[in-house]
Amino acid sequence: MGGVRLRGFGWRHAGRRAWAVRGVDLRVERGERVLLLGPSGAGKSTLLAALAGLLPEDSGEHEGTIEIDGRPAGEARDGVGIVFQDPQTQLVMARSGDDVAFGLENRGVPAGLIWPRVDQALHRVGFPYHRDRPTAALSGGEQQRLALAGVLALRPGLLLLDEPTANLDPAGAALIRAALTRAVGDETTLILVEHRVADALPLVDRVVVLEPGGGVRADGAPEAIFAAHGDALAAEGVWVPGREIPPRRATGPAGEVLLTADRLGLPPRLAPTDLTVRAGETLAVLGRNGAGKSTLALLLGGLLKPGSGRLTASRDLAGKDTGTPPHRWRAPALAGRIGSVFQDPEHQFVTDTVRDELALGPRRAGAIEAAVGDRVEELLHRLRLARLAAANPYTLSGGEARRLSVATALATAPRLLICDEPTFGQDRRTWWELVDLFAELREAGHGLVTVTHDTEFVTALADRTLILGHPPAPTRGSGSAPAATADPAASTGGAPEQR
Amino acid sequence: MIDLEPIARSDAPLARRNPVAKLAAALLFAIPLMATLDPVAPAIAIAVELAVLPLFGIHPRVLVRRAWPLLAAAGGVLVTLVLFAADRSGRVLLDAGPVLVTSGVLVTALGLVLRLFAVALPGVIVFATTDPTDLADALVQNARAPARFAIGALAAFRLVPLLGAEWQMIAMARRARGVEAGRNPLARLRLFASTAFTLLVGAIRRGTRLAVAMDARGFDSGVPRSFARRQHFGAADWLLVVGATALAGTALAISIMLGTFRPLIG
Repeated sequence: MGGVRLRGFGWRHAGRRAWAVRGVDLRVERGERVLLLGPSGAGKSTLLAALAGLLPEDSGEHEGTIEIDGRPAGEARDGVGIVFQDPQTQLVMARSGDDVAFGLENRGVPAGLIWPRVDQALHRVGFPYHRDRPTAALSGGEQQRLALAGVLALRPGLLLLDEPTANLDPAGAALIRAALTRAVGDETTLILVEHRVADALPLVDRVVVLEPGGGVRADGAPEAIFAAHGDALAAEGVWVPGREIPPRRATGPAGEVLLTADRLGLPPRLAPTDLTVRAGETLAVLGRNGAGKSTLALLLGGLLKPGSGRLTASRDLAGKDTGTPPHRWRAPALAGRIGSVFQDPEHQFVTDTVRDELALGPRRAGAIEAAVGDRVEELLHRLRLARLAAANPYTLSGGEARRLSVATALATAPRLLICDEPTFGQDRRTWWELVDLFAELREAGHGLVTVTHDTEFVTALADRTLILGHPPAPTRGSGSAPAATADPAASTGGAPEQR
Repeated sequence: MIDLEPIARSDAPLARRNPVAKLAAALLFAIPLMATLDPVAPAIAIAVELAVLPLFGIHPRVLVRRAWPLLAAAGGVLVTLVLFAADRSGRVLLDAGPVLVTSGVLVTALGLVLRLFAVALPGVIVFATTDPTDLADALVQNARAPARFAIGALAAFRLVPLLGAEWQMIAMARRARGVEAGRNPLARLRLFASTAFTLLVGAIRRGTRLAVAMDARGFDSGVPRSFARRQHFGAADWLLVVGATALAGTALAISIMLGTFRPLIG
C-alpha cells in the first residue's frame, strides 16, 4: 500500500494558459517520507491534490499518468488521506469524536468498529480531551491534530500533508510535528509540502524539488539536495535551512513617542496592556494564538473601540485631532496617520485593479490627481507590482497580494504602520523585500508595530519586543508580572529579545 | 441574533424524543391552527404548549429569552392593526381623532397575535431541545433525507458564526483604507454592497475548501454510509406525533363547538 508512480504527469486548470504542473516523472516506494519543494507556483499543491484524487476530470486538462498501487489516483482514494492548511475548513462536526467518525461513516465502516477506531486515532495524535469536546473550543493546533486524527482513522497507505502547520503559532506547529512523528507508522508513505523547510526535515528522508517550468529538478537525500541546489533554491525564495539572516538594526536611536497605551484592553480578547510606540523604531508583539495580538493591532490602528484603558496619540501623530482617541478619527484622516496591514490581504481590497487600489487612499485624503499618479507609479515599482497594474487584486498570488496590501497602507504616507503577521506564508524572497522595506521606513522616521509569530523576522528587524499573555510564571523572579510586559532592557534600542 | 444551540435539560421525557418525531409533531400541531382566524383555538393551543414545557425541560424564563423576536412581532401586529384595520365594526372603545379602536379591531388583533404564538412556539420548542447533529442524523436515518444534503447543511452551519466576525474584520479593513460612508445614504449603500461582496467571495472560498476536505474523507465515495450515532424512532415517538395531531384537532373541535371558528378560506 502507498506506492506512488507518476509518468509524465501534468495538469492545467480549466481556463488557464499555463500548466500548473507538467512533465513529472516520480516514483515513491511504500513507507518513504518525501518533502516536496519548489519555488512558489511550481505546482506543489496541485500535485498533492492530484495524488489525493481531488482534481475532477471536468475541472481541467491532464497529461500522463498518476498511479497509486497501480491504480489511477482518482480510483485509489480510499487508500489516501490528506491534511490541509486551514483547520477551520477541515472540521465537519460539532463534537471532536463525531468529526473523526465522519470519514469512517463515509466509508461504511460498521457502527460497532467506528468508536474503537476513533478512540485509537485520537490517542495516536495525543488528543488531550474526551471525544465529546466541542471542536469550536479547540485551539488551532488542537483542531489540526483532530483533523490529522480524522485522516489517520481511515488508515491511509499514503498520507499527504499540504502545509499543515502554516496557520499555527510555533507551539501549535510543534504539537503537529510531534503528533506526526508519533502517529505515522513505518508502513505509511508520507508526502509533505512545507514552507518552513528546517521544521519539516526531521520528518522526511527524501527531498523532491519541482521545476516551475515542468519536471523534477532534483531528487535525493536532503543533505545532498541542499549542498547541490541550496543557493539556487534560496534565490528562488525557498526557505533553505541553515542560511544566515543578517539583522537590520536601527542606525539611530528611536524618535519621539507616537502612541501611548495606558491599561489598553478589550475583555475578554485582550488583557489591559501598557506600551509606547515610537517613531523610527520597530516594535514586535509576540504571544500565543489567542493572547490578543490581533486585537491589540486593531486597537492601536484606531479600528476598534477600547473596552478598557486609553490610547493616546501624540500631537505629532494626531495633528488637528490631538486629544481625540484614534478610534474616533474620521477614516481618511486615520489612513493618513496610521496605516494598518491585515493578516488577510483580501479583506482590504475595495477596487477592481491594482492601480486603483493604490490610488484610493491618496484620493480619499484629497490629494491632487497628479500627485496621486506619481505616488502610485512610485509604489508600483517599489513593490514590484508594475506588471500587475491592471490586474484584479483578487487574482494575485499570496506574495503579490501581501505586497499590494502593504503598498496600499503606504500610499497615504502614514507616520505609523501596524502590520498583523505581514510575513505569514511568504516565500523567502518576499520576506526579504518586506524586511528591507520596513528597515527603510524605520530609517525615514516611521514607527512600525508588527504582530508576529515569525522569530526570524523579530531577530532581523525588531528593536523592542512585547510578549502578550505571559502566563503567570510558576517561579517568579521579578515581582508580580502584569498580563503584558514590554522588555525593559530593549527599550533603549538594544538587542532584541526572542520569544 | 436567534440562538440555535439547544438550551433544555436533555433528559426531559419529551426533549429526549427523536428529533424527526419532534419536528413532525410541531408541524402537525401548528399547521391545522392556521385554518382558523378565531382567538379561541390558538389560545387553547398556547395553553397546551405552555403545559408541555416542563416535559421538554424548558424553563419559561429561557423560553421568553429565546422567543423575544416573537414578542416584538406581536407588538408590531397589535400597533399596525389598531392604527390601520379596515374592519372597524363593533363597540367603540376609544375614539381619539384618527385612532378609532373598536371591539372588532381588538378581537382581530388578538386572534392574529395568538395565532402567531401558537404556530411559532412549537418550532421554538423543538429547536431549543434538539442538538443540530442529532437532527441531521435523524433526518438521514429516520426520514431518509439524503446524507449529502443533511450532513452538508450541518457542516455549512458550523461556518455561519464565522461570517459575523468576518464582516467586522472587513468593515475595519475598509476604515483602515480611509473608506467610510459618513452620513451619505448612497455611500452607505455602496459600502454595504462592497463589504457584502468581499464577504461572499470569502464565504464561497471557505465553503469550497470545506467541501474538498469532506470529499477527501470519502463523503462523495458513493459507498452506503454507516451510522456512528444511532437514532431510534420508537413507540414513544409515534405517540408524540399522534398526540400532537390529536391535540390540534381537539383545539379546532372546541372552537367549532363554541361557534367561534372562522375558517381562513371562505
